[in-house]
Amino acid sequence: MKNTISHRVADFLKGFPPFTFLNQKDIEILSEQISIIYKEKDSVIFAENEDTHDCFYIVHKGAVALRKGPKNDVLDMCDEGDIFGLRPLIANENYKMEARTYEESILYAIPIALFRPYALENKDVGNFLIQSFASNTRNPYSKSHRGKLYGETLAGEILDTDNKLLDIQPVKYSKKIVTCSSITTAKAIAEIMTKKNVGAVLVVEDKLPIGIITDKDLRNKIVTGEYPITTSASLIMTSPVITYPKKLTTTQAQMAMMKSNISHICLTKDGTPNTKAVGILSKHDVMVSLGNNPAVLIKAVKRAKKYKEIKPIRASIMQLLQGYLDQNIPISLTSKIITELNDVCIQQVIEIALKKMSTPPPAKFAWLAMGSQGRSEQLLQTDQDNALVYEDVSEDLREKTKKYFLELAMHVNKGLFEIGYDYCPAEMMASNPKWCLSLDEWKKLVHHWITNTGKDEVLLSFIFFDYSLSYGDSELANKLSDYILEDIKANPVFYLHLVSGALQSPSPTGFFREFLLEQDGANKDFFDIKRRALMPLSDAARVLILSHAVKSISNTPERFEKLAELEPQNKELYLACSYSYRALLKFRTKQGLLHNDSGQYIALGDLTKLEKIKLKSTFKTIKEIQEIISIRFNPSNIL
Amino acid sequence: MKDFLKKSKASLFDFLKIKEKTIDKTLSNRVDSTRFVVLDTETTGFDHENDRILCIGVVTLQNGVISIPDSFEIYIHQEHYDKSSAQIHGILKDWVMDKPSELEALQQFLTFLGDAIIIAHHTIFDITMINRALERNGLPILTNKTLDTAYLYKKTLIMSNLLERKDHYALDDLADKFDISKKDRHTAMGDAYITAIAFLKIVKKLKDLKGKKEFTLIDLFKY
Repeated sequence: MKNTISHRVADFLKGFPPFTFLNQKDIEILSEQISIIYKEKDSVIFAENEDTHDCFYIVHKGAVALRKGPKNDVLDMCDEGDIFGLRPLIANENYKMEARTYEESILYAIPIALFRPYALENKDVGNFLIQSFASNTRNPYSKSHRGKLYGETLAGEILDTDNKLLDIQPVKYSKKIVTCSSITTAKAIAEIMTKKNVGAVLVVEDKLPIGIITDKDLRNKIVTGEYPITTSASLIMTSPVITYPKKLTTTQAQMAMMKSNISHICLTKDGTPNTKAVGILSKHDVMVSLGNNPAVLIKAVKRAKKYKEIKPIRASIMQLLQGYLDQNIPISLTSKIITELNDVCIQQVIEIALKKMSTPPPAKFAWLAMGSQGRSEQLLQTDQDNALVYEDVSEDLREKTKKYFLELAMHVNKGLFEIGYDYCPAEMMASNPKWCLSLDEWKKLVHHWITNTGKDEVLLSFIFFDYSLSYGDSELANKLSDYILEDIKANPVFYLHLVSGALQSPSPTGFFREFLLEQDGANKDFFDIKRRALMPLSDAARVLILSHAVKSISNTPERFEKLAELEPQNKELYLACSYSYRALLKFRTKQGLLHNDSGQYIALGDLTKLEKIKLKSTFKTIKEIQEIISIRFNPSNIL
Repeated sequence: MKDFLKKSKASLFDFLKIKEKTIDKTLSNRVDSTRFVVLDTETTGFDHENDRILCIGVVTLQNGVISIPDSFEIYIHQEHYDKSSAQIHGILKDWVMDKPSELEALQQFLTFLGDAIIIAHHTIFDITMINRALERNGLPILTNKTLDTAYLYKKTLIMSNLLERKDHYALDDLADKFDISKKDRHTAMGDAYITAIAFLKIVKKLKDLKGKKEFTLIDLFKY
């Protein structure tokens, strides 16, 4: 039946093939017969060898993984606008793949009986479906025409880097060619390159490429003083241009660059310099195709202009993380790199959010990451915890300033959500007016926590005192840190509360040294590695480091290392804590990657004997550090 | 002893001449297999005595599926009209030429509804508006079981002193939290759809909270 929702469905469908080939009226008729399906994360839509359904599917929101075979290899990842489950439309046999939601998803189910006539009558639709089906890719346009989208979606294409055959993989190139004429001046060219953020400009005449000017040309010929900056392009360009046809594979492109020792290849219609240039391929593009490395990923993030473009890069970061863990690269290095990458993502989200605001910020501000992210220990995507502090402003501007930063924070929180950080269930986010304050307001709040300490205040301090600067003015963050340390020093009773809080986390093992498992809830019979093992250590590190008034180290292992330096007599224990923490973090990360979740809850049955022993050996350290704290900060010692 | 209790219980029902309630049996059904109708009404205002329903939008929800053919949207002809609310719902008085009368619309609605469980956001408002309309037209009032997403949503929030709870969560709040598009907000059907998706996400959360045990209708009604 025709109604508001069917209109909305039609609006969506008409943007994606094969529906793009249908006229509006047909799409509307189809939309009236569609079912909208909600699927939780990790639920099966159809299984391998299952009887076919009477509909096929298009992903409206979320992502669906198509898997096959005994090893459950992922054949394809369908996201927004991709179709799957075409088999019943084309062949009369059972499904050959399993379709399972990779994220929480909303799908549209399109009845096959209703759609078949269009597939038969409309040649474009039929061809698209057959190609889709035959090549086992849902969208044939995404491969051969992939480069077309480069300008906007280079980032979007990085995702599927695993196990592809580079020898036959068509290379992805930039279709947005930046050009100039032979009389453009070097200065103008440099300006163009800066503005478009590219490393090379193609010099064209009658649309034919006659030369290329790269960063290197400008450096060698202009900056050296050999030519003035008013020199025209024809004098400094590299000519002739090395051209290739656009059907180049990644390997071919790489070899071509190595052979001619060049960083850019021009792609033309027939591969010769006598036809129109259709694209330009840089070393960077080849690197991206070759695989993930942090530098390339950072570059890709920084180029993103929409939140959506960052999401697939985050997926690549997770792949990188998996690779590091597989290769047993030290977790301290791994977490540094991953944290760095995560920080760049967050910074880019903030950059994008700032562009959405109608004016630049009315005052200096700092975006603070709290909790595990603040401690640079967040390897997997978890909830977002953040806060915002801005410069004190005069009375009359106060309200306006607050309003501005709340709006900015709203954009940033939404952006972070879109790239995969869930909203904090306790609303500890900068868009919450409680966590978006001026420096003075923050000081008042922190002072209140320190002088009127109850259970909640301790918990808040735990979360907040681990902050680190994600973006903005470091001076503001520094001032706040100084204030906190001073205020704690002036109110030593606060330590007592911190200590009792730090000692409150539940014990990892029971009387018989058996693992203590969760008793109820969704994670019944799982081991909570976060609350029972990681938190006691990070809480202990915080108390100790605050007592030494050390600021701006928030990473737990680093805090322990600093403590080892400050207290040589306890060096051994502190280093053991640092080591244990890293080991536990690695455990959690591995588990999280394995199950595509936060890794907080571990099924002990899945662990090997060796892993269990390793895990248990860290518990002894936890016990020892807790003893030190309870002795050192004994109430009678302080009062 | 056990037998005795059973007996006395049975006889109590005999005594009171009532049948043991069978209604609770349906509550042990799985949430997935139950037919829900998710509805929203657009009205001329919030006064359930004087204001009138302009539009009812209903989607059915079964097994996580919202079927568009099995949905219901009806604009109702009303004499009473309040310009001020038109800014919200955008329904002009003579927008659709041949709108059915209230009686016709309600009859169609009741037929569509059947004995399904009703879900809405701030259900009490919609149900009261509909019941007043039913009474005016000499029709029986609704006896369907009802669920309220505004209420259920609160059950998904974590128990923490750090979280300041609101007394009322608007449909906009839910849409923001659950990342549901608000494009069709303030149309009956659009709001019904947002409510339906929000309901599914709420059920998912409540399921997670409950753990591995089977999740049945009782879990939704026990609060």
